[in-house]
Amino acid sequence: MSNMAADGGTVQGKTGTAKDREKALRMYKFRKEYLGRGVVTACGLFIIILTVAIGVFLIIRGTGTFTKFHHSVAEFLFSSNWSPVDSATGSGGGVGAAVYIVGSLLTCGLALLFAAPCAIGAAVFMTEIAPKWGEKLFQPAIEIFVGIPSVVYGWIGLTVLVPSIRDVFHARMGGYSVLAAGIVLAVMIFPTITTVAADAIRSVPDYYRKGAYGLGSTRWQVIYRIVLPASKTGILTGVILGLARAFGEALAVAMVIGKTRAFPTSILSPTNNLTAAIAADMGNSANGGEANMALWSMALLLFLISMFFIALIHFIENRSAAALKA
Amino acid sequence: MRTKRISCVMMSILMAATVLAGCGSSSGSDASASTEAPAADSAAASTSASSTADASADASSTEAAADTASSTADASAAGSVSGEVTAAGSSALLPLAQAAAEDFMTENPDCVITVNGGGSGEGLKQVAEGSVDIGDSDVYAEDKLDADSAKKLVDHAVCTITMAPVVNADLGVTNLTTDQLVDIFTGKTTNWKDVGGPDEEIMLVTRPSSSGTRTLFKKWALNGAEEASNQALETDDSGTLLQTVEQNKGAIGYVALSYLVNNDKVATVSIDGVEPTLENTYNGTYKVWGYEHMYTNGDGSDAAQAFINYMMSDKFADKIESMGYGASSKLSDEAAKSHQE
Repeated sequence: MSNMAADGGTVQGKTGTAKDREKALRMYKFRKEYLGRGVVTACGLFIIILTVAIGVFLIIRGTGTFTKFHHSVAEFLFSSNWSPVDSATGSGGGVGAAVYIVGSLLTCGLALLFAAPCAIGAAVFMTEIAPKWGEKLFQPAIEIFVGIPSVVYGWIGLTVLVPSIRDVFHARMGGYSVLAAGIVLAVMIFPTITTVAADAIRSVPDYYRKGAYGLGSTRWQVIYRIVLPASKTGILTGVILGLARAFGEALAVAMVIGKTRAFPTSILSPTNNLTAAIAADMGNSANGGEANMALWSMALLLFLISMFFIALIHFIENRSAAALKA
Repeated sequence: MRTKRISCVMMSILMAATVLAGCGSSSGSDASASTEAPAADSAAASTSASSTADASADASSTEAAADTASSTADASAAGSVSGEVTAAGSSALLPLAQAAAEDFMTENPDCVITVNGGGSGEGLKQVAEGSVDIGDSDVYAEDKLDADSAKKLVDHAVCTITMAPVVNADLGVTNLTTDQLVDIFTGKTTNWKDVGGPDEEIMLVTRPSSSGTRTLFKKWALNGAEEASNQALETDDSGTLLQTVEQNKGAIGYVALSYLVNNDKVATVSIDGVEPTLENTYNGTYKVWGYEHMYTNGDGSDAAQAFINYMMSDKFADKIESMGYGASSKLSDEAAKSHQE
C-alpha cells in the first residue's frame, strides 16, 4: 500500500509535461499490473504449448506404424501376433499389441477392484467418523503414501508379494502374476482416490447432514444416504484419476507382472502390459524401425487413454453441474 | 470410557503407521534419486552433446595435435592424453567400460571420460548423430542403423562376451545337448525329467527381444530358433534374471559370464559337453559368445582413440578377464574365424 502511495506521489509530483506523466503512469501500470499478469500468462501458455507439442510429437511418431509400415489399426488393437522386425529398414513383422492392451486393462481393473472400496471407506472414515484425527494423522499419512516412488512399491512387491503368491497359491511361474501387479497398483492408487474422495465428502454442505439428523437418521444412514450420493461426482473423479495413474505406471508393474507375451489364463498367470513392454525394448530397438515405431504407437495409445480419462472427468462434472441447475 | 480406550489404541497404531510411512518415504526418495540419476545424466549427455563434441573436437585440434600422435599409437605412453570423451550404449559392456574409464582417468588426469548405459540401439543412434564420441554395442551397427549411418562408423571389437545358460544350483542339471536346449527354449520340453533332471516344471526366464544377450544366445546356442515368448518370463536386465533363477528351482535363463563372477547360487550348464568358460571361448570349442563393440564416428577424437586403445591393451586384458569378459587378442584363429561376419 505504502509503495503504491509513494509511486502515486511521484506521478502527481512530476511537474513535467503531460507526456512525461503519461509515461510514468504507463510504467506504473506495467509494474503493478502487466508484469505479473504477463509472467503468469507466459507460464500458462508454455504449459499449453508443451502439452500440445508432446501430443503432436506422439502422433507423428505413433502413426508411423500405420503410414510408413502399412499396418492396420485393427491389427494393432486386436491381433496378438507381436513380431515386429527390429532393424532400421526391415518390415513385414506383426505389430498386434492385444496382449499388452488386455494386460493393462486387466491389471488396472483388478487394482481398481481392490483399491476403490478401501479408499472410499478410508475417505468416509477420515471425514465423517473421525474427522479430528482424520485431519491430524490420517491425511498426512496418506499424503506421504503419494510421495513414495514407484520403484519402492515395485521392489517390495518383488521381494515380498511375488514369493508369497508363489508359496500360498502355488502359482506356476514363480508368483509373477496379474494378481501381484493388481495388488501393487492398488496400493499405489489408494492414496490418490482417498485424497480426492475425502475432499469431495468434506465439501458436502453441513446442513445436508443436520437436516438428515433432524429427520431422525442414524450416523450411518446420513453417510450412506446423504453424504455419499451428494459427493458422488468427486468420488468418481478420484477413481478415474487413480485409474489414469495405474495405466501410466511402468516400473512397479514391470517388476512383478512377469512380462510373458501371452493372454493370462487366470489371475495367477503372468502377462505383459503396455508400459512395461515399451520400457523393455525402447533403448535397444533400432531407431525408426518397425519395432521402434510399434512402441511409439503404444505410447500414443497410452496418451489417448489418459486423454479419454480426463475428458471423462470433465463430462461427469459437467453433467452433475447441469443436474444441479435443473 | 470404552470408546476412549479404543480410540487411544487406534491413535497409537496410526501414529506408528505414520512414522513407518515417513521412514519409507525418506529412504524411498533416496532410491528414486539414485535410480533417476543415470537417466538424467544420459539426457544431459544428449542435450549437451553437441557442446561436448565441439569441446573434444577443439581439444583434438589444439592440445592433442600438439601432444603428438604417439600417445594414440601406444596407449601405455599415457599421462599425456587430455580432452573429454563421452560414451553410451550397451548395458552388458557398461561395468567394464566404467572400470576402464576410471583406470584411464587415473593415468591421464587431464582426461574426462563419461560412460552411460541406455542400450545398444541408443548408443549406436547417439554416436551416429554425433551426440556421443563412443557408442557401445553388443551387435554390429548394420543391424540397428540404416546403411548410410552405419558406413560412417568405425568398429572396435574391444572384448568378447560369453553367454552361458544358467539354472538354479539345486536343480542338478549340468549338461544339455543343443537339441535339448532348443526344445526347452522353444517350449517343446516343459519338464526337467525329459532331459535327465528331477520331476520339476521348467520355468523359462528370458530377456526382451531387442536385447543383445538374447540375440547372441538365439544365434549361437539355439541355432536361430525363436524363443517361446508366450511361455517365458521376461526380465529387463541380467541382474533380475539371475535373481529369478536363484529363487525358483525349475528356472533356466542365460546371462553373460561377467554376471557370474562370485555367484554360487546359480549353476552354468554345459552345451554338448563343453563348459562355458573363457578358455573354451578362446580355443573355439564353446560357440556362444560375441564381440562387444565400441563405435566411433569416423576415427573419433584422439582422446577417444586413446581410451579405446587402452581398453584393448595387454595391460588391461587381466582386468577384462577378472571381470568375466574375454580379451579379443587371446582368441585363437579358429574361434575368431567361426564368428566372422
